[in-house]
Amino acid sequence: MTKIDIIQNVYEKLGFSKKDSADIVESVFDIIKDSLSQGDKVKISGFGNFMVKEKRARRGRNPQTGQEISITARRVLTFKSSQVLRKTLNG
Amino acid sequence: MTKRDLINKVQEKYKIYSNKDIACAVNVIFASMTEAMKNGERTEIRGFGNFTIRERKPRLGRNPKSGLQVKLSERKTPFFKTGKELRNKVDYKNGL
Repeated sequence: MTKIDIIQNVYEKLGFSKKDSADIVESVFDIIKDSLSQGDKVKISGFGNFMVKEKRARRGRNPQTGQEISITARRVLTFKSSQVLRKTLNG
Repeated sequence: MTKRDLINKVQEKYKIYSNKDIACAVNVIFASMTEAMKNGERTEIRGFGNFTIRERKPRLGRNPKSGLQVKLSERKTPFFKTGKELRNKVDYKNGL
């Protein structure tokens, strides 16, 4: 499934124009991205939570060469699926 | 930000639609992704990330409170891999 399939679903189920369906889907993902970029978390009930986590700097190793490298402090995005979603997948 | 806030923000941009209509659209978006995962399909959103299904093997677990052993059956969990664009946006280096 890609964005195009999602747009198609919105178009078919809600009767918005093709263009509006595309714009709305696009803007939903843009708004989520903006919010996460600012370090804010995004909670979608029934689906899951997107959270930004701070990672401290640490020493790592290149698994191929075994050479030690330093990994700088960073912020990463994590997704925690909702219990409802997990139940749906296993039900 | 919750789903409610997200709906309100989208509606501010598309005032010709009612809040209810936008709420339906947002629900269709997440329902579509859920449906795809249910069918074992992967969902790819360019610039955002991919949702895939990971199979967990059955194993013996323990109730952390009582210490009793429990059987955990085979199950599926959703996995999200952040897309490149979003990964860079979220990190310090670019932005903030």
